[in-house]
Amino acid sequence: MNFYIVSLIKLGLVAFVFLTALAYLQWIERKVIAHVQVRVGPNRVGPHGLLQPLVDTIKLLTKEDLLPGHVNKFYYFLAPILSVSCALVGIAVIPFGPKIEVLGVQTYMQLTDLNIGVLVLLAASGLGVYGVALAGWSSNNKYALLGGLRASAQMISYELPMALAIATPLLMYNSLSLREIAESQNHFMFGIIPAWGIFQFPPLVFLSFIIFVICAFAETNRIPFDLPEAENELVAGFHTEYASMKFAAFFMAEYANMVNICCLGTHLFLGGWVPLFPSQYGSDYVPVLLFVLSGIACLYHGLVNPRIKMDGYTLPVFGVLFIGFGLAHMAPILKDILVPLFWFLAKAGFLLFLYIWVRATLPRFRYDQLMDFAWIRMFPASLLLLFAVALLVALGF
Amino acid sequence: MDALLFALFAALAVLCAISMVMQRHPVSSALSLIGVMGSLAILYLLLGAPFIAAAQMIVYAGAIMVLFLFVIMLLNAGAEPKPIRQSILARFLGLPLGIALLGMLGYLIQRTVPPDSVLVRFADAKVGSPQDIGRALFTQYLLPFEVTSVLVLIAILGAVVLARKEL
Repeated sequence: MNFYIVSLIKLGLVAFVFLTALAYLQWIERKVIAHVQVRVGPNRVGPHGLLQPLVDTIKLLTKEDLLPGHVNKFYYFLAPILSVSCALVGIAVIPFGPKIEVLGVQTYMQLTDLNIGVLVLLAASGLGVYGVALAGWSSNNKYALLGGLRASAQMISYELPMALAIATPLLMYNSLSLREIAESQNHFMFGIIPAWGIFQFPPLVFLSFIIFVICAFAETNRIPFDLPEAENELVAGFHTEYASMKFAAFFMAEYANMVNICCLGTHLFLGGWVPLFPSQYGSDYVPVLLFVLSGIACLYHGLVNPRIKMDGYTLPVFGVLFIGFGLAHMAPILKDILVPLFWFLAKAGFLLFLYIWVRATLPRFRYDQLMDFAWIRMFPASLLLLFAVALLVALGF
Repeated sequence: MDALLFALFAALAVLCAISMVMQRHPVSSALSLIGVMGSLAILYLLLGAPFIAAAQMIVYAGAIMVLFLFVIMLLNAGAEPKPIRQSILARFLGLPLGIALLGMLGYLIQRTVPPDSVLVRFADAKVGSPQDIGRALFTQYLLPFEVTSVLVLIAILGAVVLARKEL
């Protein structure tokens, strides 16, 4: 019985945080791109546009749900459901921290610990192709069909080097469970260098990591590989004919896939929740310092000469919240939960930021370049890396 | 619980298989086949073979069927029209022969089951982990494994030869 209650609580927490994070990821993306391009970004709804995701959701929910007359109805409705459910299922196998004990109950900070966790993520991303392909086909629209075809061809092609890049760290950890993978990186080489995947066999696994990141961009159809929805060629690609909540489902699926793949990369290559340096050198105090400093910065800008009048009220509130949250990282029970969570989210967040950064800076590939890049360059490179690491592991280094 | 899940997904697999044969549209048939594969993957999970289940989803449902769907979409194949003239042989002999085949299969299965066999208890199987399968493939079944890989290589070479514009 206890197991069911704990699972339900964890499920509720993860679902709530994950869905909110998806909405706010879009706000962060718009803000970051705006600042890269020297604009302000969303700033009308709420302080600094913080309520923008909320009103966007309301807008998408209440918009008229147009059903074009020329679509294949069954598949037209099935496609977004497939897409979003395959994208959301991945978070279930991702651990966010080590074993914790709350009120005498011991549990892992993870929904389910499968011994095939990595494969489940791969399978979910593989099945996600159907949503995109069916959306393009059922729309009965030549642009949508082209988008769907491009998406499925691209995702099949890039799955190959990605799987090979993922296999490289799996050779070293000898497990497919994400929790065991993260735990086997939880020590330090020479007492100071973290035993993360990317620091093993330099620079072999690091190169694998780079291949993984490139393939991750292609798998989630993001710039510079967003050929399936290239605006200037295909209107909007596979979701041209979708409106309202069905469009939002595709949107959500894209962001959920991004989050899943960033979490996977964090566990395989960046050591999960293992901090950057050992805790005897004070790595537990990094989150405290970071949050308290940003709280003080907020207080300073809010109380001393606020740029707009509203900032005089909102920034001090956020400053106090940040300082309180930072100090919570030192509280006795919370410390064991929040500190690993901070390190995990910091690394996954860095990868997500990389996505946004790349989107703001790089142009799009041409289609033939995209395919050549996958099959002629990435695939042999990842295969060679796999052989090299396999040899080193077999020789016992 | 296990028996219930087994009944549910076995029924789903059979239903999807029937639907695959009956559907007139190639895309519907392909999706029904994916349904069959998904149900089979869950049956593998129930039998304690998580790796086979995941491989089924990744390889069959995630890669091969995507290619099927891709080709169907690329050729833009529409729904097949209902055949006007059915074969007289099929109309009168189809059902009796089908029942006879099922009966024979049932009889043979009945006969091959040893009398001292017990029912499968799903949770008991513990040999389907990725480690077990890898070890078995590279020790006991090394020769079949390597021979299969040569077979795959030949198929790839054939595809390359067929796809080249000039030899």
